[in-house]
Amino acid sequence: MSEATAQTRIVFEDVSKFYGDVLGVNRVNLSVPPGITSLVGPNGSGKTTLMNLMTGLVQPTRGRISVLGIAPDDPERLFRVVGYCTQFDSFPRGMSGYQFIYSYLRLFGYPHAQSSELAMRAIERVSLTDAAGRKIAGYSKGMRQRIKLAQAICHNPSVLVLDEPLNGLDPLIRAETIALFRALAAEGLHLIISSHVLHEVDVISDQVILLSNGYVVAEGQIQGVREEIQEHPMQVLIRCDKPGELASQIFQNDYVVEARIHNDRQGVLVKTRDADRFYLLLNKIAQNGVDIESVAPADDDVLSVYEYLIGTEESTK
Amino acid sequence: MSERPWGFWWTQVRATMRLELKRTLFSRRGIWVYFLAVMPVVIFAGNSLYRMKTGKPGDIGEDTHTFAAIFQLFYLRLAIFFGCVGIFMNLFRGEVLDKSLHYYFLAPVRRTVLLAGKFVSGLVAAILIFETSMVLQFFSLYWYFDSGTRQEYFFHGHGLAHLAAYIGVTLLACLGYGSVFLAAGVMFRNPLLPTAAVLIWEAINPILPSVLQHISVIFYLKSLCPVMIAGDISLDKGNPLGFIAMNPSPASAVTAVLGLLALAIVAVAFSGRLLRHMEIDYGSD
Repeated sequence: MSEATAQTRIVFEDVSKFYGDVLGVNRVNLSVPPGITSLVGPNGSGKTTLMNLMTGLVQPTRGRISVLGIAPDDPERLFRVVGYCTQFDSFPRGMSGYQFIYSYLRLFGYPHAQSSELAMRAIERVSLTDAAGRKIAGYSKGMRQRIKLAQAICHNPSVLVLDEPLNGLDPLIRAETIALFRALAAEGLHLIISSHVLHEVDVISDQVILLSNGYVVAEGQIQGVREEIQEHPMQVLIRCDKPGELASQIFQNDYVVEARIHNDRQGVLVKTRDADRFYLLLNKIAQNGVDIESVAPADDDVLSVYEYLIGTEESTK
Repeated sequence: MSERPWGFWWTQVRATMRLELKRTLFSRRGIWVYFLAVMPVVIFAGNSLYRMKTGKPGDIGEDTHTFAAIFQLFYLRLAIFFGCVGIFMNLFRGEVLDKSLHYYFLAPVRRTVLLAGKFVSGLVAAILIFETSMVLQFFSLYWYFDSGTRQEYFFHGHGLAHLAAYIGVTLLACLGYGSVFLAAGVMFRNPLLPTAAVLIWEAINPILPSVLQHISVIFYLKSLCPVMIAGDISLDKGNPLGFIAMNPSPASAVTAVLGLLALAIVAVAFSGRLLRHMEIDYGSD
C-alpha cells in the first residue's frame, strides 16, 4: 500500500491480539476507507478489541496498525484526529455533562473560551443542551450514551470510533443519532461503528467487516460481501400465481439447491448456486404460463450474509 | 512532535491537576486521610487544653521529645504512610476501579505528561494536608505554655529550627512515600499486598544490611529528624518500640535528601515506563 493511501485509511497489517492465552483477534488485515464502516459480530468476536487496538487502549501482540498514517502508540497526534465513544458506561465522578466535555477539551491544551465553545457545540449536536448543567450520575442510559458521543466528537475528529453507539437510545433519538452519523460521514469522516442491532448497521453502512471468534470472515460493501460467498447459495423470493408448479419446474435443475413454497403460499423461496442460469430459467418458465409478479433477492442484507458466514445460532445472540 | 513543547506539556499538566486536585481533596474516598492527619492535632490540642484547665505545669524539653516520638512513630510511619497509600495509589488504581481511566488515555496527552500531572496533584494534596497538620500539631503542643516561654523557645531556642526541619521531613516523606505508592498503584490492582510489603520493609529497615537500609524511605527521614528518639525508646529498657525507633547508622543530611530524591526519581520513572505500556482492562476488577 502506498504512503499516500495509508494517510487516508485505517490499516491493520497482520494484527493479532492475545489476552494471555485468550484470543482477541488473529491475523487481521484491513484497509478501511472513509465513510461508515460497521463491525458486525457476536459477543466475543473481536469488535471491541479491534476498536481498542486502533485507539491504542490495547497494544497488538503482533502486527502493525496505522490510523491515517499515525501509530496508535502516539496519543499526542492520534487523538487530534480520532474520537472514540467506548462501550464503558462510566464517567469521572461528580461531573455535569458540560464539565465532563469541557475538562476533556482542556486536556487538549485549548484555552477556557475555546473549550467552553467546543463543549457547548458538541452537547448541542447530541441534543443535550438542556441537561448540560446536570450531573451525569442523574442521566438516563440514553443521555449517558449521548454525552459519550459528544465527548468523542467535541474536538472535530476525522475518525470517529463508536462502540455500540445506539445502545439505550429511544427510537426518536436513535433516528436523530443515525442522521448525525450520516451527516458526519458526508463531511468526509471515517466512522467505525460496532453494533449488534444488525438492521441498523445494514441501513447506515457503506461497508461492513464481519467478525467471528477473532477472525475477519468478510469485508467490503454489503453487495460485494454477498458475492464473495460463492459456496453459499443465493436466496430469491419469487411472487407468482402458481407457486407449486413453479417449484416443481425449477427444482429439476442441479444448480437449484432448494425450492419451497413461501409461508403465505403466494410465492417460492429458491436457493441457487448460479444466479445467472437461474434467471434465464425463470424467463423460460414465465413464457410457459406461470405469471411471475416479482423476483427479489431475499438475503442481501447484513443479517443474511452474517447467518451464512457465522451461522444462525450466533447471529441471533 | 519532534521538538519538546514544554509549555504545551505544562498546560496539559495544569489541566490534569485541575481535575485531580478536586478529586483528591474533596472526594469521600479520601476522608480517612484527613482523619489520620487531624488525629495528632486533636491529641496535642487536647493535652494543652487539659493542662490549661488543670494548671499542670509542662516541660518544653519533655514535650519536644514526646513530639519527636509521635512524629516518627505515628506521623511518619502510619499517618503519612497510609495517607500516601490513599492518595497516590488511587491516582491510577482509583480510576481503574471507577472505570474512567480511558478518558485520560483518549486525550492527546503523552502518558508521561499525564503521570506528571497526576503525581504533582497528589504531591500538592499530600503536602497541603500533612504540612498543615504538622504545623498545627507543633503549635498546639506548645499552646499551654505562657507566651514568654513560647517566644523564648521559638526565637531563642530550637523551636523554629525544629519546625523548619519537621516541615522539610514531612515534605520529603510525602515525596518519598508518594512516589513509591504511585508506582505500586500503576503496578498492582490489589493495594493490600504492596502496602503490606512496604510497611514490613520499612519496619525491618534497622536490621537490614547497610546497603539495603538505603533502599528505604524511613531510613532517610529518620536521619533528617532534628530529635533522635532511639535513646529514649531503646530495647535495653525493654520497650518494643525500640526496634523500629533505632537508626544504627544515620545518613548525613545531604545524603538523606539526595537519597530520597533519587528514590523518588527512580520510582516515578519506573511508573512512567509501566504506564506507557498500560492497557485498559477493567474486566477483572
